[in-house]
Amino acid sequence: MSEPMKLEFQLEQDNFDFAGVPSSRIKKVLQQIGVKNEIIRRVAVASYEAEINVIIHSLGGSIKALIFPDRTELYLEDIGPGIPRVDLAMQEGFSTATDKIREKGFGAGMGLPNMKRCSDEFEISSEVDVGTKIKMIIFHNK
Amino acid sequence: MTLRQAIEVLQAEVLFGEQYLDRIVGTACGADLMSDVLAFHKENALLLTGLVNTQVIRTAEMSDIIGVVFVRGKRPHAEILAMAEENCLPIITTKFPLFESCGRLYMHGVQGSVCSED
Repeated sequence: MSEPMKLEFQLEQDNFDFAGVPSSRIKKVLQQIGVKNEIIRRVAVASYEAEINVIIHSLGGSIKALIFPDRTELYLEDIGPGIPRVDLAMQEGFSTATDKIREKGFGAGMGLPNMKRCSDEFEISSEVDVGTKIKMIIFHNK
Repeated sequence: MTLRQAIEVLQAEVLFGEQYLDRIVGTACGADLMSDVLAFHKENALLLTGLVNTQVIRTAEMSDIIGVVFVRGKRPHAEILAMAEENCLPIITTKFPLFESCGRLYMHGVQGSVCSED
């Protein structure tokens, strides 16, 4: 099995200026290796939503992309409050975001459902007062 | 219709991207919630929004949006325009509000974007 290409970025709480930079880099790499546009869009949307979630809700964290010839794996980790009820957070429209976040165009409660929709495989684990981990896999030839 | 025709319909002004105005407007979506844009989307979509910040450009980039129309005469600042240029994303401003802008395009045959998974 070939070694994946690895891209990793730190994410800071409330740093909206940096939001999207990691996803943009991931997208460009996928374009360079010739992945189909439809697949790239799913990776980009999943990773961008994930970035935004970490920036909005946690005290900080990281996003890592492992790019294999046949798939992209995205790993999110943050430290912070965690999600008390993951089942609720996975429902469209459920949000704990503040008005300040909504003014920026986010916090509609679509983040986690949208990440899941874009992924072929989606795993989430969260511990209150510790943090949240998400793993997403998107296959390139589906 | 092309982006050039959409600009006529919206009596709009191009702030960046004269060279991309032959792009085809496949569908359009009007939204101030970027999460909704990311969730519900079709290829070759034009985004109309009243929200003016850098996340609009990022959202457009991730969703392969073909152009952004800022409504109600809103004009983005230089940082947003520079980011749009990096992403080859035409930026347009119209004096019409969001509802009327969408209505005008719809009357001229532009359909709404739907969720790509449907």
